[in-house]
Amino acid sequence: MKLLVPVKRVVDFTVKVRVKPDGSGVDLDNVKMSMNPFDEIAVEEAIRLKERGVASEVIVVSLGSAACQETLRTALAMGADRAILVETDAELEPLAVAKLLKQIVEKEAPQLVILGKQAIDDDSNQTGQMLAALLDWPQGTFASKLDIAAGKATITREIDGGLETLEFPLPAVITTDLRLNEPRYTTLPNIIKAKKRPLDTFAAGDLQTEIAPRLKTQKVEAPQPRKPGIRVNSVEELVTKLREEAKVI
Amino acid sequence: MSLLVLAEHDNAALKPVTQHTVTAARKIGEKADAPEIHLLVMGHRADSVAAAAARIEGVTKVILADAVELGSQTAEVLTAQVLLQVQAEKYSHVLAPATTYGKNLSPRVAAKLDVQQISGIIDVLSPTTFVRPIYAGNALATVESVANAIIVLTVLSTGFDSSRITETSVPIEPAKELAKETAGVRLVGRQLASSDRIELTAARVVVSGGRGLQKAENFRLLEALATKLNAAVGASRAAVDAGFVPNDYQVGQTGKIVAPELYIAVGISGAIQHLAGMRDSKVIVAINKDPDAPIFQVADYGLVGDALEILPRLTAQL
Repeated sequence: MKLLVPVKRVVDFTVKVRVKPDGSGVDLDNVKMSMNPFDEIAVEEAIRLKERGVASEVIVVSLGSAACQETLRTALAMGADRAILVETDAELEPLAVAKLLKQIVEKEAPQLVILGKQAIDDDSNQTGQMLAALLDWPQGTFASKLDIAAGKATITREIDGGLETLEFPLPAVITTDLRLNEPRYTTLPNIIKAKKRPLDTFAAGDLQTEIAPRLKTQKVEAPQPRKPGIRVNSVEELVTKLREEAKVI
Repeated sequence: MSLLVLAEHDNAALKPVTQHTVTAARKIGEKADAPEIHLLVMGHRADSVAAAAARIEGVTKVILADAVELGSQTAEVLTAQVLLQVQAEKYSHVLAPATTYGKNLSPRVAAKLDVQQISGIIDVLSPTTFVRPIYAGNALATVESVANAIIVLTVLSTGFDSSRITETSVPIEPAKELAKETAGVRLVGRQLASSDRIELTAARVVVSGGRGLQKAENFRLLEALATKLNAAVGASRAAVDAGFVPNDYQVGQTGKIVAPELYIAVGISGAIQHLAGMRDSKVIVAINKDPDAPIFQVADYGLVGDALEILPRLTAQL
């Protein structure tokens, strides 16, 4: 069984981004970039499925500039078999990504596509669900546990009220949540081995898909800063302040 | 054209986020030509939900799609039901709450309609222009829909007040057609938090614990404080990962986003991802042993000290 895992190159989760003064966007110059943490969890899950003998091949795909090759190489170093880069410098909205991924899915015929539930830059949380819709496949989002057996997926999902377990036939789309697994670190020997694994590149334009943006970002601003706070020296002082100054209790 | 709001409920009761989502719809309506607002309730034996929905201020009518197959509220069959509704009447916008319910369902609907959804709006500037947080809330993007198409949105309830429940009811009509489950999806079961706990996203006061509480048992101290304050209990990702509390307590970029009157962060260091979930709280209190913890940078009142010692004393003094 083939697994397809899309991965996105995003600002590293430790970075506190700064908004550009002209309001045109976020300043990404010299900012550390990494694989989206939820996508790391997706790659890890795919590799574990391969190690358990459930899957035979893990293909990773990224969509964006040539720099995404770094992200793909990291996935290969984790244990993915093959990588695909759909190269474009254009801005890709989730719907466009889903449409491009649909083309890849139709070409590669995986039984399962595992994506991170959201990218920590855009925070949209849409691509997996959209891909499932375009393919007319079942979707198991925010997965914290995944079992595959006899052509069916059983997934436990993290929802606002607690947990939910669903069962559905493959092929399907899964999106990962934080507690699905803890991704492995890439070791130097594996990083070197990964250099020999195939990484194919082709242009987004070759996929004959309409991907022009449907939204226009008019401006990007920093949120209103909070007034600086104060340190209190005792529980008594805290209670007094909350009662008399803040008037919240 | 009308606005369609997808109601969130558990077949027995309406969820408060629905009322905040209606407010967002009303805000869009105010900037347009006062269109009708339709509330779609999809479920099984959900009459009481429809009755409550019909009393929300600003709603023009409720459409009730009630069937066994809709009872599980899984995304595939609900998407089909929403599409039937969108085909039955003309809508300019479809809104859903930005909860796990709405986040799961709405993008599937958007893709089927071939539109680019706008996720997690916190403000409406015009019928086609919205504000949404990105980069864990460290930036706010003003986004305009430039396609001449239906607009699909999910709404962060922290950006909009709750539309009140009135004394009068608007009409409830049955959905003209009911969707069938064709994807082979089966709901095996749910493990839900007990309903007598105050809901995090609806609470006026939230008391939240992090890894600084050290052990699961110490969350009892937090619960005691929460009871005194009539507060909801939240947690950082670290506390959930460590098994102190279940996942539904998590406040943060990828968990729940809350903006209560008072947020007390106990033993929480204040990582970017946690701040994303609570930075818009009116008053923030931080209690932490580490005077350099980043949480103190957003706190209005910061108390440096051992949470395990401070919590019982704080509870006693309230």
